[in-house]
Formats: sequence, structure tokens, C-alpha cells
Amino acid sequence: MHRYKFVLYRPLQFLPVLFGISVITFILVRLIPGDPARVLLGTRATPEAIARIRAQYGLDEPMLAQYFYFLRNLADGEMGRSILYKIDVLKLIATRIEPTLTLVLCSVVLSVLIAVPVAAIAARNQGRLADQVIRIVSTFGIGFPPFWLGLMLIILFSVELAILPVSGYGNTLSEKLAHLVLPSLTVSLSLSTVLARSLRAAMVEGLKSDVATAARARGMPESIVFWRHVLPNSLVPTVNLLAVNIGWLIGGTVVVETVFALPGMGQLLVRAIFSRDYMVVQGVAMVFACATVLINFLADIVTVALDPRVKL
Amino acid sequence: MSEPLAAPALGRKGRFRRRGTLAAGVFLLGAFVVLALGAPLIAPYDPIAQDATARLQGPSWLHPFGTDNFGRDIFSRVIWGTRIDLKIAVIGVIFPFLIGTTLGTVAGFFGGIVDAIFMRLVDVILAFPFLVLMLSIIAILGPGLASFYIAMALVGWVSYARLIRAQMLVLKNHDYAVAAVSLGFSRMRIMFRHLLPNAAAGSVVFAMSDAVLVLLNGAAISYLGLGVQPPVAEWGVMVAEGQAFVTTAWWITLFPGLAIVTLAFAFSMIGDGLADLFGVHE
Repeated sequence: MHRYKFVLYRPLQFLPVLFGISVITFILVRLIPGDPARVLLGTRATPEAIARIRAQYGLDEPMLAQYFYFLRNLADGEMGRSILYKIDVLKLIATRIEPTLTLVLCSVVLSVLIAVPVAAIAARNQGRLADQVIRIVSTFGIGFPPFWLGLMLIILFSVELAILPVSGYGNTLSEKLAHLVLPSLTVSLSLSTVLARSLRAAMVEGLKSDVATAARARGMPESIVFWRHVLPNSLVPTVNLLAVNIGWLIGGTVVVETVFALPGMGQLLVRAIFSRDYMVVQGVAMVFACATVLINFLADIVTVALDPRVKL
Repeated sequence: MSEPLAAPALGRKGRFRRRGTLAAGVFLLGAFVVLALGAPLIAPYDPIAQDATARLQGPSWLHPFGTDNFGRDIFSRVIWGTRIDLKIAVIGVIFPFLIGTTLGTVAGFFGGIVDAIFMRLVDVILAFPFLVLMLSIIAILGPGLASFYIAMALVGWVSYARLIRAQMLVLKNHDYAVAAVSLGFSRMRIMFRHLLPNAAAGSVVFAMSDAVLVLLNGAAISYLGLGVQPPVAEWGVMVAEGQAFVTTAWWITLFPGLAIVTLAFAFSMIGDGLADLFGVHE
């Protein structure tokens, strides 16, 4: 069990990063030109409201004091109010987490389901036609803009074939899942190209490794050598790659949610930018950043679980 | 990041294939540069001229890519868009490249407290999802390409800095670096004249795959309405404008998207080709 000791002390190492995240989100909103209280209140800047915001955030006091007010409010779960929706930012974000989280999960699962077989075919046919075709297709795939790919999928599956909904989210579980198929496919077609490339490289290495040679020497059929011995070892770098790409994946969901009108955090961020709802921008940026840190931590745990040799 | 050994020796066929990738990429990119420079001569129509008599027409000899809801020629708009999107990819890569390379060189060379502070900053910026931080900065600065470039410069340097720093940590202990120190050369000279040229290959390769991401991000931000503003012909804007007609006039969105994919493919091929040429593996 001592291999998992890092689970206890690793969160402490996150403290500097979390501190940095709070500083950056704090600075972001203060960089807006003009009186912050007036900016935060937008068109609803009555003298009383301005006075209230000034008191709450200590806006007349020095920057450092303002930062402590910011942290104190944060500790109370208080990230300000949305101008547009007129509720607390954190409550607002909470209502938007589900579509985004489901979209990310479905996309990751779908990407792995696409990438593993594709990489396996490429690695086991290294240098041959199948490998070449996959290499070229994946080079193309990296350059697909998600917002455009999403629209093309809508044309194909919703307009021409009419088997999937165009956009929106729905209420029941089955409705929601149906609405998530195309968005997940959009994200995972891009993500799986990156994954497949790295998986293929790891598998090619694995097929040449001593593990594989030893398995072959024991008379195992090539397919067992591959699926039982090579594949598990090549998954480890892929988990790390997924974790590294999680920020990119979240960025992708921002765009994809807008294309498919999914009421998630990404769509909330984009709307907030247009309506100058800066408290919401700040809140969403912070929640996304903390989520990224958390996911990297989870990836560390998965890596240790997958590979007994890894010590963190 | 890079392996100490160069790529395994390739037969003539393999070498040709890899050089071929680089050549094909350069050729394709060159074609886009020609389109961008020659847009006024090549494009058959004015990219923003509206024609009420030619609205939402499908592809034809007169309009090879069709027309949009204002009767504007999509073919001409895609060609003019090359100017903007090529510029997005180039400027969006150059500033992060320069800033990241400089900071990474200094951090890796000096080490110690400079490096420690630097790495914490990198950790914090990397904790933010790239596009989210960029959108937040653009939210503050206001929509537009200038904001996009500033946001790119503020966020994008991190990857280059990490790459160069890792190289520097290794290179500064090499014999020739120690020799340069004992010859009494200035630190600036050792850093930028002796070490950097040897460390830069990985970053140059990365810059090509980064160009793909910058292009996609620039187009995405314009698609969201936060970058290039209509009626300027830019591929992301064109996709956004076509979205309302996606069920009836697919050509408005199809062709600008294909242009993005093709330009991205050119950068990817150059990146792959250079990676093999330098023996660098990402």
C-alpha cells in the first residue's frame, strides 16, 4: 500500500498551484479598465450596489488587502453574483457541471474505444499499407476544427440520415445520451488521433521489448503476446497523455457545447464573455483550472494502479 | 523530449518518403502563401460584395463553392481568408516561440531560484485549460485579433519554455559548454550563441504542430465571435455564418472548414518531416 502514500501528500504539492490559480483569476478581473465595482455591476450599477460591492471586496483598499478579501469570500464559497442570471456564481456553475462532465467522460471513453483498435492495427502492421493509411488519416485528423467537424456531423447524422438530434440537451437520461452522441464523437475524433499516435509508438516499442520476446519464446501466439503483454504496458503513457490533454479537451468542450447548444460550463463561459458577466468568467476559469489539477492527480493514481513499477 | 540517438537509419525508400513528407508540406504551404499574396488577382469576386440576385446558390461554374445568404462568392472569400488565417498561424506562433525560447533558455541555464520560480509559473499556467485562459484574457481585452495575439503570447510561451529548459539542463553540462565558460565567454554569448542553437531543433518542430493548434484556436475564437469580426472573410467566421444555413446550404460551411483542414495538414506534414530530419520525437 505504501506505493499509494503519495495520495496523502501530493495534494499538499498542489497548494502552490492552487495559490497561483487564485492569483491569476484575481488579477484577470482587476485588469479590466475602469472602476471594478461599476464593471462588475454592468448596467445595474446603482450607487447603493456599488457601495455594497466596494465593501464586500474592499475595493478602496490596497491590492494585497483586496486579494485577502477575495480569498476570504472564496473560503465562504462566495464568488460573487452573476449579473445576467442574478444568482451566486458557484450555484450557477453547479447547475452547468453535469452536461460538461458527461461530455468529457463520453469523449474520453469513445476516444479510447477508437484509438486502441486503430493503434493496434497500425502497430501490428508497422510500415505496411494499413499503418501508412492510419498515419495519414491521423495527420489529417489533428487539423480538424471541432466547431466545423460538429457541423459536418450534424449535416450527416441529423439532416441527411435524421437519426440523431441536431442540438440541445433534453430532460430524460435517454434523451440526454442521444444529444451527447454527436458532441462526444466530435471531441473524440480529434482526441483519438493524438491518442492513437502515441499508443502506436508505445505498442511498436512494446512489440520489440524483452517482455514480448520472452512471451513468444514461451510459445504464446502473437495475438496473446499483443493483447495480454504489450497492450497493458502501452496504456500507461496513454493515461498520462490523456491527463496532459485534459486542458485541451476541456477547451474543446467549450467550443463543442456552443456548436451543439449544450447547456454546460463552456457555453456559460462564452455567454458570460459576451454579456461582460466577469464574475462568471472568473468563476468558470477557476473551476476549470481546479478540475484540471484534480484530473492530473487522478491520472497519477491510475498510473500507479496500472503499473506496479511506477513510484510517485 | 528528444532522444539522444538520431532516428534509426532509413533505407533509400524510407528516406525518400520522409523527405517527401517535408517537401509535400512545404509545397502545400507555398500554395497557400501564393493564394494569400495573390488574392486580389486570383479571387474572381470581391469577398465582401453582396449580390441580392445570387443568394444561397449551390456550387456552379459561376460560383465554384456556391454563394452565401448575402450572395457573396464563397470561393473568393475562402481565398481572401487565406490572408487572415495564415497570418493568425504565423503571428500566433512567433511571439510565444520568441518569449518561450528566451525564458526557457535563461531558466534552464541559471537554474536555482530563477528556475524554481519559473517552473511554478509554468505549472500554474498549465493548470488552466489553454482555451479557457485565452478566452478569459480576451474577455478582459475585448474581442478582436489583437486580443487573440496578446492572449496567445501570454499563454502559449509555456510549452516552448519547457522544451528549451529541459534541453538546457542537459546541454549546459556538455564539454563544449564547459569549455566556453573556461574561455571566459559572457553568459549571454554562451546561452544564445552556443547552447540555444543546439537546443532549438525540438522547438522548431513543436512550432509546426503548434501552428496547427494556433490556427484551430484562432478560427475557433473567430467562430465564437470573439476574434475576427464580420464581414471580413476569415474561415472561422465563415463557418459561423454558415451555421444557420447548415440544413439547406451546406457549401457555406463545408469549404472554409476544408481550407482549415488543408492548411493544418500542410503544417503537420512539415512538422513530421522536420522531426524526422532532425531526429526529434515529440
